Amino acid sequence: MDIHEYQAKELFARQGIPVPPGEVVTSPEDAERVATRFGTAVMVKAQVHTGGRGKAGGVKFAKDASEARSHAENILGMTIKDLTVERVLITPAEDIESEAYVGIVVDRASKRPVFMVSAEGGVDIEEVADTNPEAIRKLEVDPRYGLLPHQAYLMAADLYEDAKQQRSAARIMRQLYDAFMGAGASLAEINPLITTPDGAVKAIDAKVTIDDNELFRRPEVEEMRDVSSEEPSEVTAREAGLTFIKLDGNVGCCVNGAGLAMATMDLVKYYGGEPANFLDIGGSSNPEKVVNALRIITSDPSVKVILFNIFGGITRCDDVANGIVTATEQIDIEVPIVIRLTGTNETEGVRILEGAGFSAMTDMDAAVEKAVNLATGTDK
Amino acid sequence: MSIFIDKETRLVVQGITGRDGSFHTRQMIEYGTQVVAGVTPGKGGQRFDDSVPILNTVERAVSDEGANTSVIYVPPAFAADAIFEAADAGIEFIVCITEGIPVLDMMRVRPYVMEKGARLLGPNCPGLISPGKSKVGIIPGEITHAGPVGLVSRSGTLTYEVVHKLATSDIGTTTCVGIGGDPINGTNFIDCLAAFEADPETEAIVVIGEIGGTDEQEAARYVKEKVTKPVVGFIAGQTAPPGRRMGHAGAIISGSAGTAEEKIQTFEENGVGVAQRPVDVVGLIRDVL
Repeated sequence: MDIHEYQAKELFARQGIPVPPGEVVTSPEDAERVATRFGTAVMVKAQVHTGGRGKAGGVKFAKDASEARSHAENILGMTIKDLTVERVLITPAEDIESEAYVGIVVDRASKRPVFMVSAEGGVDIEEVADTNPEAIRKLEVDPRYGLLPHQAYLMAADLYEDAKQQRSAARIMRQLYDAFMGAGASLAEINPLITTPDGAVKAIDAKVTIDDNELFRRPEVEEMRDVSSEEPSEVTAREAGLTFIKLDGNVGCCVNGAGLAMATMDLVKYYGGEPANFLDIGGSSNPEKVVNALRIITSDPSVKVILFNIFGGITRCDDVANGIVTATEQIDIEVPIVIRLTGTNETEGVRILEGAGFSAMTDMDAAVEKAVNLATGTDK
Repeated sequence: MSIFIDKETRLVVQGITGRDGSFHTRQMIEYGTQVVAGVTPGKGGQRFDDSVPILNTVERAVSDEGANTSVIYVPPAFAADAIFEAADAGIEFIVCITEGIPVLDMMRVRPYVMEKGARLLGPNCPGLISPGKSKVGIIPGEITHAGPVGLVSRSGTLTYEVVHKLATSDIGTTTCVGIGGDPINGTNFIDCLAAFEADPETEAIVVIGEIGGTDEQEAARYVKEKVTKPVVGFIAGQTAPPGRRMGHAGAIISGSAGTAEEKIQTFEENGVGVAQRPVDVVGLIRDVL
């Protein structure tokens, strides 16, 4: 789960990381009011779950409150990478002397939290990693002992010559590590970490991604979820216990298991079609899940055909069949449904479907090919 | 032969009285797995289906019933501790089926289990099956039979699809292992490749990977250096968009890293035959057997 910059800054501030004050607003009037209160030049920053906000024109400097108002007018409602900006952060503009990058990620290769630190901050760190990898120090942390003081100092000394700034930065490293572990994050980054002419070290941008598996035990983090910034069909799916990702094609897919769901999408493409979604109904065999799945798929007007690909294991074919029959009684489905059903209780599942006027196939390739032909209009 | 489990496997089921635990315990017993004990704290002294003794701790399952392998069906909030408990009790092989364990928990669990000298499979995995001998986990018993192919996969139902296709072409397996879809897990592709290479009955190996991470790439390089048996692969997620978690916590393309294209290319460069579709695994395996 992604959270907004202002929320990430709250998490950081709670650990003691120096972040400039700020307030989130949803209207140009409030932007002006907050900027007036700060009484200084401010930054107006779009709050959306994506990088590249600056390049898209979603981050602007305003020399005074009236300029903050006009920037907010332009930025609110703007679309950045398919996301509509509904909130902007108003925060005092800082005098920047230097910009550094500090981040922590869960590193799959070392299976540990890994710090990445670079004196080249304020730019896309992936770009630095590509063009100038020596400019990044990577440091593995053993999570059983946490970030050791000398490790924090080592990284701080990479960034700054000044002893006072080194101490500040080392403290920030430890605080960032605590924020990362405390929130159950998979990524926490400060980009940039700046120094100001008076020598202060501050975090002026923040990005945090939370491990979805942490949310059950961190209700205070779950509360930061901004449903308005997510695809509505994906929100509905999550609430129904389904994993759903909307794509651009027209073959609606309903599959049990993530690997098989990906392989099904790939096969749709192989036979010349485009998948409309990734959907995993999971391992349980609750007919209600199938009903919800069909509701979500059919709410996408571009779907021309619905393809079920079920390999029964824990998931029972008869439950899926019952779900399909129930769903078609409750929802008006106007597109053809192609069903591939095999595995646990297959015979019973096929009997239920045939009783309701459906036919079922047993071979995955044959079913996918048929669905693609129906979607592209080549099926006679 | 087979890898990791066989007729000598003495299994304790952690979470035996839960919904999934009880269902799959019956399936495993029916298949012929020696289920010697179950553990549910507070329910010690009872029996599961009037036969399998239920104990309060894994320690007792080891001392009283001689358990050497454990399978975990407990919910995510308790699963990490269940793995620690199994490792502390001296269990040699721990299979964790549970999906949804926080990655920060797994960072602590993994080194702990390794220091105890135990092997962990999973979490978020379907377990494994050595046809005709034993199955531990949730893989349906009827979809594969004994034969010369070793199979290792990050997926569940996609694995069923492939072994089923092999079975209908009369090709069976020595052991079929699901290593799970989480970013941090225990046993990896290389561990399984090494075990299959050392297993005299395994004649060819199937590796089923997916987007995210670099495990497949490392496995491919290992194949070139250390594996003499033919290896065939499939990678799921060629049409997956970057930055989105495709069901499995580990199935995500970060930036431009971990794409299917990159993995397929590394397979090809290292002599691993790549199936375009799951069904194509059958033809590739037939060619090398």
